[in-house]
Amino acid sequence: MRSHAERGNDELAPLPVGRGVGVRAGFTTTLSIFPTIMHNKTLTELSAGLATGQYSSRELTAAFLARIQQHNPQLNAFITVTAETALAQAAAADQRRAQGQAGPLTGIPMAHKDIFCTQGVKTSCGSKMLDNFTAPYDATVVAKLNDAGMVMLGKLNMDEFAMGSSNESSHYGPVKNPWDLNAVPGGSSGGSAAAVAARLAPVATATDTGGSIRQPAAFCGVTGIKPTYGRVSRYGMIAYASSLDQGGVIAQSAEDCALLLNAMAGFDPRDSTCVDQPVPDYTAGLGDDIAGLRIGLPRQWFGEGLSNDVAQAVRAAVGQFEQLGATVVDIDLPHAPYCIPCYYVIAMSEASSNLARFDGARYGHRCENPKDLLDMYMRSRGEGFGAEVQRRILIGTYALSAGYYDAYYLKAQKIRRLIAQDFQQALQQCDVIMGPVAPSTAFDLGSHSGDPVQMYLEDIYTLPLNLAGLPGMSIPVGFGDNQRPVGLQMIAGYWQEGLLLKAAHRYQQNSDWHTKRAC
Amino acid sequence: MQWETVIGLEIHAQLATKSKIFSGAATAYGAEPNTQACAVDLGFPGVLPVLNEEAVRMAVKLGLAIDAKITPRSVFARKNYFYPDLPKGYQISQYDLPVVGLGRLDIEVDGVSKTIGVTRAHLEEDAGKSLHEDFHGASGIDLNRAGTPLLEIVSEPDMRSAKEAVAYMKKLHSLVRYLEICDGNMQEGSFRCDANVSVRPKGESKFGTRCEIKNLNSFRFVEKAINFEVERQIEIIENGGTITQETRLYDSVKDETRSMRSKEEANDYRYFPDPDLLPLDIAPEFIEQVRGSLPELPDAKRARFQSQYGLSDYDSAVLTASRELADYYEAVAKLAASDAKLCANWVMGELSGKLNEDGLEIGQSKVSAAQLAGMIQRISDDTISGKIAKQVFETLWHEGGTADEIIEKQGLKQITDTSAIEGIIDGIIAANPEQLAQYRAGKDKLFGFFVGQAMKATQGKANPAQLNELLKKKLQ
Amino acid sequence: MSLSAEEVHKIAWLARLAITPDQVDAYARDLSSILGFVEQMNAVDTADVMPMAHPQDLSQRLRPDLVSETDQRELFQSIAPKVEAGLYLVPKVIE
Repeated sequence: MRSHAERGNDELAPLPVGRGVGVRAGFTTTLSIFPTIMHNKTLTELSAGLATGQYSSRELTAAFLARIQQHNPQLNAFITVTAETALAQAAAADQRRAQGQAGPLTGIPMAHKDIFCTQGVKTSCGSKMLDNFTAPYDATVVAKLNDAGMVMLGKLNMDEFAMGSSNESSHYGPVKNPWDLNAVPGGSSGGSAAAVAARLAPVATATDTGGSIRQPAAFCGVTGIKPTYGRVSRYGMIAYASSLDQGGVIAQSAEDCALLLNAMAGFDPRDSTCVDQPVPDYTAGLGDDIAGLRIGLPRQWFGEGLSNDVAQAVRAAVGQFEQLGATVVDIDLPHAPYCIPCYYVIAMSEASSNLARFDGARYGHRCENPKDLLDMYMRSRGEGFGAEVQRRILIGTYALSAGYYDAYYLKAQKIRRLIAQDFQQALQQCDVIMGPVAPSTAFDLGSHSGDPVQMYLEDIYTLPLNLAGLPGMSIPVGFGDNQRPVGLQMIAGYWQEGLLLKAAHRYQQNSDWHTKRAC
Repeated sequence: MQWETVIGLEIHAQLATKSKIFSGAATAYGAEPNTQACAVDLGFPGVLPVLNEEAVRMAVKLGLAIDAKITPRSVFARKNYFYPDLPKGYQISQYDLPVVGLGRLDIEVDGVSKTIGVTRAHLEEDAGKSLHEDFHGASGIDLNRAGTPLLEIVSEPDMRSAKEAVAYMKKLHSLVRYLEICDGNMQEGSFRCDANVSVRPKGESKFGTRCEIKNLNSFRFVEKAINFEVERQIEIIENGGTITQETRLYDSVKDETRSMRSKEEANDYRYFPDPDLLPLDIAPEFIEQVRGSLPELPDAKRARFQSQYGLSDYDSAVLTASRELADYYEAVAKLAASDAKLCANWVMGELSGKLNEDGLEIGQSKVSAAQLAGMIQRISDDTISGKIAKQVFETLWHEGGTADEIIEKQGLKQITDTSAIEGIIDGIIAANPEQLAQYRAGKDKLFGFFVGQAMKATQGKANPAQLNELLKKKLQ
Repeated sequence: MSLSAEEVHKIAWLARLAITPDQVDAYARDLSSILGFVEQMNAVDTADVMPMAHPQDLSQRLRPDLVSETDQRELFQSIAPKVEAGLYLVPKVIE
């Protein structure tokens, strides 16, 4: 790990921020073209700024596009930048505003993880398999945010088919962590987290199957929320593991997340697993007091394997919650250790089936000159999928194959129920479960490339949530020994996103970790 | 060595819903390729299935009609394999928990009744079509059919002859049409049959190795294919060989089955519950509602025709073979309000004959129930004879109108006036003294001659019964 | 839990995934490692536990039988590798 002094002329050398010290960046003039540093504003601030006419959506969009142009080559957060359509959308948004028809999100730039189908725009899912795929329809999430008048800056980089915890498996190259270019941003929503952390977009959509929102949010010092399974429509969200995938938000704050979740959440008749549960206004009640909030700390999550600096930052954050009136109890998640094999069997099995449609027949990559049908399948898929995806398809295929279903998939589904029951029991003793997001801060690029299992162990605290289908958040609560951000994981019961956002917001009103910027 | 044949049938009935089982695309037959394949049917990334209510209702109807248990919680499973007509690389079907459980269907072969067990029936989606016409060495894929709902009905291996298999298939075919859940159009592929055939020595309880004959799309082919297959298997075993379990196709031109170059060779379908769908819960209220909407089923209708109309079992069976035919008959019987048996004869006889000749279904009959009933009334009230009625019927068929209009126009009223008939008879006797003498001498056959002459003289309008009676008297 | 090269080939064939000879060994190693890791699940007693397919015990919603999709063939086939006369073309299927 290079010291600060050694980093020399990196344009994006992060500020040396110590713990507990809030330093606002009045930074590096070579980077910022616009005197009003619009890109540093939160979604909430931008919404107000647009509403009061401080700037137009066109100006805002142009500012972000310029910033992307400058910094993306280094960070590689964007796969596709949709400059022309963004400016057109911004113009339309300004017009809506002029006609008095603007909502809270109208005209605000954002970016989508490249897992959401965007009609007429390349949707690659980080894979060579879909490098030539222009989606013929909009995902429901995309349509909803379009309807809210948001402006799409582009599509964000990700681990291939959402399989990864470091954004190193993308066909389009790894994403760099804006806090430290030698570090991974986390995955699979590495592009989303890096883009928000570097303020290339004020907010981004993302997805979480085993931690893919929470972990990159933690690694990049930003706020992320994975809602309850069934809260957000999966229609148009390219499937990895159907019973675990959920769409969510990465933003600068809980307040920003709430604004976006309001627009994203809701029943979709096109998704059988989407639940017809009324969507509350997640922004209402954000300012509420949290005195009496019961926090549960799982014993199993604070044992061996958790690095000290992370443990310290997490405990400090919990201490801060106590200052705000919360009480703390120790709870147990007895089946915690089994979440990893359980998750991977289920995820890989479902993925092996979900990815069978990528066969070169109707869209996507087809190999050159297939000599027969079998050749077309074998080579299109062999060429189109990267190594990690291939590994998971192979495991999943094996786990479901004749004679193994009971031992693997069925067994995993049973353990899944036990894990969900653990949480239900724990949530009787507390309102919100808190703990670390990852065992350490962001690791170095390339450091986990040898052993796939090592990578899987990174997800130990995040996986169980997806198995249970509960909502979870990650909020920045400090920095590790290597100056890389630390995230706090917060978990609540089904449909308790509002409680999570409220608690997170209260914390963020009384701390400033979320205001720190990488660049 | 005495052999016993064991047959089980798997029938795929395409359900007559308007839209697909998991998407809102249309299911109408004959559309231009890929114009009825939406994003869900094409298996684009990110699409998801949502279950069609009517498909469920139709499955429950079938289940109730075969006295089967409706599974309160059934599950959809993915059957994973690669084929160009299967866009997602898996077929959504049901595996462990099908929507319909064990049921039964009664059949009749050569007057002998038998109950055939139905193991289960489950919902699944149909695949698209591969067209093997040469596109410069490529196959063309049409996915219009992908996603059409299918009900796969699996019988117990209870059939013991090709005839029984055909009877079962016909009964099921009639039933699904009665229930209006399937149009039964085998040419269009709405009703497809796979036969599992094996043989074993008579008295043996263990099953022999079976072969599956796929995609038989006519009753005739089912019978011929099974018969061929049985012979083939017996010959192999008698020559000391063993049967290889395999899938075979029936070649109707050569009248033989042959092994399919296995596309499913060593296929492991890796069934698992589809995570994009939730378990299907069917409440007792739903089942009762469906039960209430069931039409009168073929067997019940057949029994009622016997008791209500006094028809024979045979006649009832013929008339209730299809719901449309039964409905037509009842309309005729009701309107004619006279001789139910006479109505039956006309429907089964002349009318059916005409339909067959012109290749029409009962629904396309050129003579309506009202028209036929009107004519039958005129037979019953002796206005016309049965023979003249055939003439009237021809006219009705080719020109339309009513029986009364035709009788009037063509002057077909029967002659029933006794003295008129006597007069005619007198005239004929006078004109044929030789035949009279021969008849009186003992040549009874000549009676027909006199009848014929009288009919000719009256243009067939003499009331036959009266004519016979009077002729007998006068010839003596 | 150790997988042989042959088993890897078989699984790769089931998944229609072409893998090169050098990949086979790497995959055999990786897969064996992952499977060995997954064996941990056996330590948990799940004798009386119902498998959990979805987080909440909900049942499938039914959709009314209505045609709601229109013909979008042109759009959908504009991204296809090979089409002719409205049909998707693939290398010949041998029956």
